[in-house]
Parts: sequence; structure tokens; C-alpha cells
Amino acid sequence: MATTHSRIAARFMLAPAVVLLLGWMLVPLIMTLWFSFRKYLPLRGGDLGWVGFDNYVRFVSSSAFWPSVQTTLVIVGGVLIITVVLGILLALLLDQPMWGQGIVRILVIAPFFVMPTVSALVWKNIFMDPVNGLFAHLWKFFGATPIEWLSQASIQSIILIVSWQWLPFATLILLTAVQSLDGEQIEASEMDGAKPLQRFFYIILPHLARAITIVVLIQTIFLLSIFAEIFVTTGGAFGTKTLSYLIFQRVLESQNVGLGSAGGIYAIILANIVAIFLMRIVGKNLDA
Amino acid sequence: MSLKKVLGVTTALSMLAVTGALAETLTIATVNNGDMIRMQKYTDDFTKKTGHDVEWVTLEENVLRQRVTTDITTRGGAFDIMTIGMYETPIWGKNGWLVPLNGLSAEYDVDDILPAMSGGLSYDGTLYAAPFYGESSMVMYRADLMKKAGMDMPEAPTWDFIRKAAAAMTDRANEINGICLRGKAGWGEGGAFITAMSNSFGARWFDEDWNAQFDTDEWANTLNFYKGMMEESGPPGYATNGFNENLSLFQQGKCGMWIDATVAASFVTNPNDSTVADKVGFALAPDNGLGKRSNWLWAWALAIPSGTQKEDAAKQFIEWATSKGYIELVAENEGWANVPPGARKSLYDNPNYKDVPFAKMTLDSILSADPNDSTVKPSPYVGIQFAAIPEFAGIATEVSQEFSAAYAGQQTVEEALEKAQAITDEAMEAAGYK
Amino acid sequence: MARDVTNNRKIINTAAAWAIGLLIFFPILWTILTSFKTEAQAINDPPLFLFFDWTLENYAVVQERSNYGRFLWNSIMIAGGSTVLGIIIAIPAAWSMAFVPSKRTKDILLWMLSTKMLPAVGVLYPIYLIFIQFGLLDSVLGLTVVLMLINLPIIVWMLYTYFREIPGEILEAARMDGASLSSEILYVLTPMAIPGIASTLLLNFILAWNEAFWTLNLTAAKAAPLTAFIASYSSPEGLFYAKLSAASTMAILPILILGWFSQKQLVRGLTFGAVK
Repeated sequence: MATTHSRIAARFMLAPAVVLLLGWMLVPLIMTLWFSFRKYLPLRGGDLGWVGFDNYVRFVSSSAFWPSVQTTLVIVGGVLIITVVLGILLALLLDQPMWGQGIVRILVIAPFFVMPTVSALVWKNIFMDPVNGLFAHLWKFFGATPIEWLSQASIQSIILIVSWQWLPFATLILLTAVQSLDGEQIEASEMDGAKPLQRFFYIILPHLARAITIVVLIQTIFLLSIFAEIFVTTGGAFGTKTLSYLIFQRVLESQNVGLGSAGGIYAIILANIVAIFLMRIVGKNLDA
Repeated sequence: MSLKKVLGVTTALSMLAVTGALAETLTIATVNNGDMIRMQKYTDDFTKKTGHDVEWVTLEENVLRQRVTTDITTRGGAFDIMTIGMYETPIWGKNGWLVPLNGLSAEYDVDDILPAMSGGLSYDGTLYAAPFYGESSMVMYRADLMKKAGMDMPEAPTWDFIRKAAAAMTDRANEINGICLRGKAGWGEGGAFITAMSNSFGARWFDEDWNAQFDTDEWANTLNFYKGMMEESGPPGYATNGFNENLSLFQQGKCGMWIDATVAASFVTNPNDSTVADKVGFALAPDNGLGKRSNWLWAWALAIPSGTQKEDAAKQFIEWATSKGYIELVAENEGWANVPPGARKSLYDNPNYKDVPFAKMTLDSILSADPNDSTVKPSPYVGIQFAAIPEFAGIATEVSQEFSAAYAGQQTVEEALEKAQAITDEAMEAAGYK
Repeated sequence: MARDVTNNRKIINTAAAWAIGLLIFFPILWTILTSFKTEAQAINDPPLFLFFDWTLENYAVVQERSNYGRFLWNSIMIAGGSTVLGIIIAIPAAWSMAFVPSKRTKDILLWMLSTKMLPAVGVLYPIYLIFIQFGLLDSVLGLTVVLMLINLPIIVWMLYTYFREIPGEILEAARMDGASLSSEILYVLTPMAIPGIASTLLLNFILAWNEAFWTLNLTAAKAAPLTAFIASYSSPEGLFYAKLSAASTMAILPILILGWFSQKQLVRGLTFGAVK
């Protein structure tokens, strides 16, 4: 057991990381809080004084607010569902004996290495362009009218792009979990005459629960703040404005730092609600 | 060695002797447009003449705006020269964020800059940015397709004629769209186009008391006309097409007409990039008989943020890049059609430039645009495709997003205008206009 | 395992896995192929797959226009520096959490992760102002610190999960032998955790390499990494698919190759303690 001495030492060891992160969180947070109560318009002379909760009221009452929360949740949820479901299927497939497994794995993880800006640019132009894009050529080849991806199926397109980037991550974590499955347990269930589907739901899925929570947690953290994918493809048009994009518009495009900061505080609150929700689940799973 | 080159080298050497000790490195933020990329190739000429080095930060337009605006409003000082436009210059100049461009050398001949350009780049009579190139907008059309359709493009067409001609030229089976226009969200993209177009329909952004005007018939007419015409004769996905998308469509021969920036003329007539280079005709931007045309006015200009330590070197660069000498340098190496247009009077007096097919129409378009009187009904703002107030960029970007959603069929024109009205009034109230 | 796997089943598995693998990889493959086409070939209908005149022209154009080497160097410095710095700070913290846990250890860990949820755009102005104040604008150092802070929670968490798999008795034995705390961590724990540290290093290098908001907004010319390089090719005038593809390939290839060569370590690194 740890001695008192090492307990004190442990606090010391933890201190640098905690202090740094506390600073990284608190300094901007306090500045954002400060700005959010001020009328701060850089193009109109900067800080124009105290306005109480005006910015908060204005941000929520803006017609763009609730749709942006909804869009955020739809994108995060959509990507999570796609990556987890496909990730499980892909992990099960990759776990099967086959030739060239190593190469297939390399192919599957590749999208994870691509910068979000690059992948958004490539998808938007080279694939989804309604005239010169590869999909348009493909659709025309089959005699169909090309889909105008980024205007008619804007949210779906963004979910597709982001899912492509995150599917490798989900697959790899789930694959490691699948590989640790007890082969004998499966064999035993096969002997008992369990059908593949039953096997999947009663043995494999419970075994993967922990890995799935990890995937959901890590991805949610990154997905809540996706920005480049929207900035590059639709610029927030066609109902793809997420909460962080709305804040970007307020701060940078409208140059209303006070209003944007109030939005930032809301985003932090939303993130924390999601975080508490997630951590309830993960916390439980981490103990297990 | 020609006499000119000898002279050039000696001046270069003598200038080097003077400034050599103070050689600076300038950091210049610029947009990734063709003319700017060309300028980067000739940077060596500047370095040879002055001894100063240049570091380029070349960014896509949206990223550039975001980057330079953050830097100027916080007085960050990351750049010595910024590439900005007619919208930013008067606002920033008013705030004292830019170095006034006075005391330029006699050789530079500041009075040679087209008054429309210097007017838009000044605040209170002081020039704050020097135009690298200037533009208006005009109709570019395929003369061959126009002939095939049995029609004749007048020098100053009306919107009704354009719509009829577009329908007649459209041949969807062969992927020819009668007309290509910007529909992409963003105040400088589709927002600029529809605003300029609305002027010719008698619409305006604000009345004299800064009330949003999207609930008027003029705006409804503008949008309905635009959407109707694009559905009849526009390319697929026009709601996401901006300048660049339309340029490549036109260069591939997929557009009968294209109404856009005059600078595009040199790209569509360049046989290296364009499959239709020898078939392009030009006309003034259309009107509706209400006395205002639908052409805009814009300049990409170079400005120096105040507070820079390298003001003198930065001024030297601006004098070099926007000089008559630079135009000659490009003309000598790339031909007259490729020089940066629309900034200097002397260019349009140059007999060599008169042979360029789009020169006259460009100048006529620029001269017919008046930012101080752009709307049929009176308006409180300066600017044609924008209103030169700090809030405009943010508002217009959101408004144009609603318009683009209407073009894509996600909502009706009426819904889009209703939302536009609400967004604009909301923002103007937040900014304290009411 | 004594299960018989028929050759038939193996063939089906192989075919399915390869088909899906190629499908997922296709966008990257297509980008690389397009980078060797001319601009006209890049938009050709029907699309040209392999039979076109391969050209290096786009790479030449990109190289002439931008100083690729410097962008690359900055990317390596920033991603590498922030990762190494992060690991140096995270090792003691992870040690403390893994071997001397308290009631609040889990709360601290989860709180650290929650700092990653701050929307970056919301704090751009505050951070920009702080950077101006400390003269960090457009400096590799400033970016290194910011990216380190962004990734620190992930680094701590990953290391924590590895350390927990190391039996505490070994460390205790070292302590009994009179090893000081620092030598315990440096000479006993770290060598044992090398595989875990390596995978943490890799994953965070990739995350830092791909970070596009801060690297773009806090740099100008001197410290600009590859994300800024890409921003100058994103939508120029005229046809640009081939040049965009060439620039994209140049931006992602270094990390793609690194990732492929080290995929074993990386795969192990991606468990996050999810597997026991």
C-alpha cells in the first residue's frame, strides 16, 4: 500500500498536468465570461461597456440557436451510430481468417491519417461536385441525375465525410476488443446450437460494451467541435450550422465578440451536459 | 543587353546601395487568386530593386478574411501588408488601423488610379489601400451559341432578354446551360451577386432609417426572377456555385452566359485554360429599365496595418506592386491580356491594351458603377454589392445562406425573405442602429 | 482453436474484406492518382483510372509556388514538440493516478477530458490576445504549447491505462531496494511502458499534425505548418483538382507513411484501456 510519503509525492507528480490544464481552461474561460457580459464589437471601437445578460438573451432568442443545437446533435449522433455499427461489422470481418489481413488493415486505417481540411476539400470537389465530381460521372453513367450532395443532402454529406474519417478509429478499438474474445466460449455456444445472431447479441456485444463506450466518449469529444468539415464544404449553409459554427459566425463574421462569447458559454454548458451524461456511463464501465 | 535592362540594373544597384543596410523581410497576406499568384513569381524583381525580402502568406479568400480581421482588430501585427477589399478599407481606415498612403513618389503617379477605385479605397479623402486590380461585373457570353439560338446580344441587355436568351441557349442533353450565376452562400459570393442584381430591380438593403427591406416586393421579384431563370437554364447544383465553380464550367464550355467579375474575362479568353477562348463576347450587366444596372465594383488592394515596424519597406512594396512598371513587367512576360486590370487609367489609354477584346467593356462597366448612388430608392449606405458598415459581412453571409437554401429548394423564396428580414433586423438592433 | 475453416469461407472473407478495404481507401487512392493527371484529365468524363499520361507537372507547380520544405518542417516540429512535451508532463501525472489513486482520481481524469470540449472558436480572441501579449504569434513555440495542452488529456489518459496494467509490486520492489521516486519512474516504470508510450506518442503526433484551427489562426509565415499550406490551394481561380490533389498528397503522405510503418504500435495504442 502506498505510504503517506508517496501520497504527497503523487500529488506533486500530478500537479504540473493539473495546473497547466486548469490554466488552459480557466484563463480563456474567465476571459470569455468577461467578454460575454460586455458589448464588445472590435470593428466599432472595441469594448463598449457592461450589458448584463443581454448577450445571453440575444444568443438564445436568435432564430439560428435551436436549429444549431439540433444540427450539432444530429451530426454527432449520426456519425456515432454509423461508425459504431459499421465498426463492429468491420471488426468482426477483419477478425476472420483471410489472406492479406495486414494490408487490408492498412487500407482501412488510412483515412484516420488524413487532415480534416484535406478530406473535406477532396470530398467536396473531387467526389461531390455535381458537375465534375466522380459521383456525378458515376450517376450519369447509370443514366441517373447526379445528386447535388452538398445542397440537397447537406447534413448527410457531412456525416458521410466525418464518418469516413472516424470509422478507422472505431474499427481498430473494436477489433482489439473482438480479438480478446474467448474463443472457447464461442465454441461452446456453437455446440449449444446458438445461431450466429444469438451469439452476436448474447456473447459478442456484451463483450464489446466497454470498447463501444470508449469509442463513443472519445469521438464525442472530437465531434462536438468539428469545424473544418463544415467551413470548407457548406460554410454553414443548407442547415449545417452547428453550435460551434454559429459561434464562429458571431465572433468572426459578425465581429460581435460579446455575443459570440455568450454562445461559447452555452457551448461549454452543452458540452458539459453531454460530458456528465457520458461520464456516468463511462465511469461505470471503467470500474467494471 | 538592351538599354532598358542596363538602366534597370544600374537603378537596382544604386537603390541597393541606399537601402541595402536596411533590408527587411516583409510578411504579406494575400488571396490565392491568379493575379496574386503571378505577383509572387515576380517577387524577385522587387527584391532586386530594393533589397527587401518578401514572405508570402497565401490563403483561400474565406480563410484570409478570417485571418486578417482577427489580426487587425487585436492589433496583432502578424502581417506587414494585407490584401483587403473595398469593403474593409473604409471601415478599417476610419478606425485608424491602416497607414495612410500619402507621400507616394511622383513616379508612382497616384492620380493615375481610376477615381472609382481610389474613391472606394479611401476614407475621408485619404487613400488607405492601393488597388492591385479592380473589377466590375459584366455579361460574358458564347457568341457561337448566341448565334445558333438566333439571337443578338445588345451592348446593354435587359434581364428579360437575358432570361429569354438563356432559355434559348440551354441544351441539357449536351450539358449546355444557358446561364451560370453565383448561388453560393457568403457575402462576397452569391450575396454580392444577388445584392448587385437587386439594385437593378429597385431593391435596397436598408431604408433611410436602417430598417431591413426584405419584406418588399422588389426583393421578392429579384429572388423569384433569379430562381426561375436558374431553374429553367442554370447548371445543376447552382446553389453551391461561386466564382470559381462557374469559371471552370464556363471554361469547359458548359455555360451559354455568365455574369460575373470583369477580371474573369482574361481567364475565359486564355486558350491555355479555356476551351471556348475564341468564342466569348462581352456586354454590360443587365438592367430592368429602372436606371440602375446590376454591376458591382470591387478592388483587391494592398494596405499596411498601422503599428508595423516596416512601414517604409511596405510602402516600397505597394508602390512596386501597383505601379505602371509592374503592369509593364507582366505585359512583357505574359502578354497584355494578363496584366492586372481595372486599377489605372493609363492602362486603358495604352494602345497595346486597346487590342485586348475585353478592355473597353471592363472600363465601361467600372465607370458605370457608383457606390455612392447604387439603389433606385434612396439608401443610407455606401457600396453596391455591400453596405460599408462593420455589421454587413456577418449579416449578409447569414442572409445569403437563407437564399442559397431557397435556391436548393429547402425552403420557399418567401420563407427565405422572412428569415432574412428577421436576421437583419435582429443584428442591426444588436449593433445599436435602432 | 481447432475450428475448421474451409477454404471457401476464407475466400469469401478475403474478397469481402479486400472489397471494403479498397472502398474505404479509394478516396485517398483517387486523390493520389489525380495528382498525376493534367487539369483537363482530372475532370474527364468518363473518369480516367490508370490509362492517362502520367505527369509530375502539378508537383512542380506546387513546389514552385510554395516552400513545401518549410511547411513540412514546421509540421514536424510542432507535432513532434507538442507530443514529447506532453509526454514528459503526463508520465508523472499518469504514474500518480495509476499507482497512488485517490477517491478523486477518476474525477480528475474525466475533468481533464472535459477540457477538450471547449469550443475552440469561442476562445480565439482571448487566446489571440494572450499570444500577442507574450509575443508568441507566428512562433513554433507558441503552437507547440497550445497543441500540447489540447492533447494533454488524451496523453494522460492513454498512459494511465497502460500504467494500470503494470503490476504495482514491481515498482514497490524497486522502492524497497531504495530507489528514489524519480529513478523509480525513470528507470523502472518507463522502460516497462515503452510500447504504451510509443503508441501514445504516435497517436498524438497524428492528432497534432492534423489540427487545423489553431495552427491556421495563430501563424502567418514563419511557423505555418502544412494545414496553412493546404489553405492556399483550396479554391483558386480556374481548374484546380489536379493541383489540389498534388498538394493534398504532399500534406498527408508523410503521416500516412509513418502511420503505416508503425501501425502495429498504433493499433495497440488505440485501445484506451478498452480491452482487458
